[in-house]
Amino acid sequence: MKALCYNNVRDLRVENIPDPAIISPKDMIIRVTLSSVCGSDLHIINGFIPTVKSGDVLGHEFMGEVVETGSEVRKFVKGDRVVVSSVIACGECHYCQHDSFSLCDNTNPNAFMPEKMYGDTMAGIFGYTHAFGGYSGSHAQYIRIPFADIGAFKVPEGLHDDSVIFCSDAFPTGYMAADMADIKPGSVVAIWGCGGVGQMAIQSAWLMGAERVIAIDKEPYRLRMAREKGRAETINFEEADVLEALKDLTGGRGPDCCIDAVGMEASGSGFGYAYDKVKQWAKLENDRPLVLRDAIMACRKGGNVSIVGVYSGFVDKIPMGAAMNKGLTFKMGQMHGQKYIPQLLEYVQSGQVDPSFLVTHKMGLEQGQEGYDMFTQKTDNCMRVVFAP
Amino acid sequence: MTQTKVTSAEYIAEALPDPIGSGSAYMNVGTSERIISAVAGLALMSFGLRKFSIPRLLVAAAGAALVERGASGYCPVNNMVKRDTSQAAKPESTEITKSLTINKPRTEVYQFWRKLENLPKFMQHLSEVTQIDSKRSHWIAPVPGGIGKIEWEAEIIEEVENEKIIWRSVPNASVDNSGEILFKDAPAGQGTEIYVIIKYLPPAGAIGGTLAKVFNPAFKQMVKEDLRRFKRLIETGEIPVSESRPSGKTPTAEDNSMDKIEKKYESPLL
Ligand SMILES: NC(=O)c1ccc[n+]([C@@H]2O[C@H](COP(=O)([O-])OP(=O)(O)OC[C@H]3O[C@@H](n4cnc5c(N)ncnc54)[C@H](O)[C@@H]3O)[C@@H](O)[C@H]2O)c1
Ligand SMILES: [Zn+2]
Ligand SMILES: [Zn+2]
Repeated sequence: MKALCYNNVRDLRVENIPDPAIISPKDMIIRVTLSSVCGSDLHIINGFIPTVKSGDVLGHEFMGEVVETGSEVRKFVKGDRVVVSSVIACGECHYCQHDSFSLCDNTNPNAFMPEKMYGDTMAGIFGYTHAFGGYSGSHAQYIRIPFADIGAFKVPEGLHDDSVIFCSDAFPTGYMAADMADIKPGSVVAIWGCGGVGQMAIQSAWLMGAERVIAIDKEPYRLRMAREKGRAETINFEEADVLEALKDLTGGRGPDCCIDAVGMEASGSGFGYAYDKVKQWAKLENDRPLVLRDAIMACRKGGNVSIVGVYSGFVDKIPMGAAMNKGLTFKMGQMHGQKYIPQLLEYVQSGQVDPSFLVTHKMGLEQGQEGYDMFTQKTDNCMRVVFAP
Repeated sequence: MTQTKVTSAEYIAEALPDPIGSGSAYMNVGTSERIISAVAGLALMSFGLRKFSIPRLLVAAAGAALVERGASGYCPVNNMVKRDTSQAAKPESTEITKSLTINKPRTEVYQFWRKLENLPKFMQHLSEVTQIDSKRSHWIAPVPGGIGKIEWEAEIIEEVENEKIIWRSVPNASVDNSGEILFKDAPAGQGTEIYVIIKYLPPAGAIGGTLAKVFNPAFKQMVKEDLRRFKRLIETGEIPVSESRPSGKTPTAEDNSMDKIEKKYESPLL
């Protein structure tokens, strides 16, 4: 089958690789109908998350059609249309049974790697480096789904693929961001990053009863989308001082809930950005925590900081004094797709949220490199490139 | 005797007895050293042969010598330095401890382990364990590289149902080892905590000491991975695998070379 593989930093190639096969009776194989790029892939392609090897198949946000099921798969039969959570969870461990699927004890065959890097193991993730299990990704014609009954979800009749695919990753991530931020009716919410995840966080904040949503980015077309599709107020961080603007917009209090939907590759200007960029380049710091710093400084006293933007290693100059003395609450994590997807499919089915506006480009796997270049450089108003393999 | 590392007073069983050192008249390389030699040799050989270069060839040659020594039980170097590790002159035993939590009731976890035939399902170096009677069992482990197998007998020397099992290889077994596993309810209904101590006799002397230094971490890692597989098997009924690790094997030397990449997380400046 054809698959889009990592070859080297910012160098992807389409390769012919063997079709996946069922290994365990709980596996199933699906034919991938749509597979999306995600901001997380950029951290890998740009060389910020270690343990990727040339030949690894990328991609973790996807849907498809069941072509084969293992003997212990109960929920699906051949021909079913499914959307699959990007994190792989066993459903049996303590974490899975408490809805913390991305913390699964059992699905990372390379547990010894994160154990060393992070002190414990977490769930495997499709197409997301060997430290996260070394599972083959979804930018391919077929993919094996381990623990299929836990991670895959039947797509309700009548829904278009474009509306469903982001229930795999971007929507549950944005929704979990809003959930962790503990948004209540009356909350003023600030969201850094207007990529797919940020856009979904905006939609989710409204679902949870937010009073106002303020979105921050520098790409005019993404800010426009936040306004038009997300009814958000927007701040362009290249044109305004974000901290000042947030105070001015909120009666001097600051937002109640601050969401980091950017992560370790934040861009910015001024001394802080140059400092982080140089340290990251010299491999003294993995991550550029500009957004995290801003979120802490901007957040209202006693407020919540929710982090879904990915960090992979060490960060520097975190204003811990501000966080401590302002009594902030932090919540963060890789998303627990299996917990949220059924509910999100209902939102899509009822028409309350239609994430299909994120699909700005559709391509074949052969244009993989081109697609990722557009997504990285944000050319042609690219929000998400979706491959139809 | 080394102190057991399970510190909470509640968990300290009577100190685990050392394995009894055994010897064989015609071998000057003790069996545990033989296994280690063979494993070490294969690792060095595969490392040495992967790319052609003079230092690498030397490494491969050293590897071949170790495999030979592992297979034959005779080591010219040991003979030259009049060192006989098979006599095991009361060497310090090496101890590995590990605890983990399994999301299953204590009786179930206990019974799975107590049925010793189950052990090879998650202990990768074992091919077969058979129960001889209620106390005694027969263990078989293939020597890596398909150059034979080793067998030994073990006996359970203490056992409290659903609480603990202590076992030891019988004297004159070909591998000297002992072990203990304790089972305890985890707080807040989180299943069962297990505490495992495994002791084995490493080769003594300078050469053995160096080898032990190199291979104890590998052995330790192996035991830990075995226990992780135990948890995974009993919780999910399988040992999950990915395309890059299709058999759920213990990480190899090559996998561990990923360490190099991870080193940057240990930057002294941060
Ligand atoms: N936690 C999870 O499970 C999970 C899942 C998916 C994605 N993610 C992470 O979420 C983040 C966003 O993903 P995405 O797919 O939307 O990525 P994306 O690259 O499409 O979007 C990131 C956006 O952040 C903006 N940005 C950069 N610096 C900024 C700054 N200083 N202030 C405000 N905005 C800034 C960029 O202009 C861009 O629009 C990534 O870090 C990704 O790894 C996490
Ligand atoms: Zn993602
Ligand atoms: Zn789990």
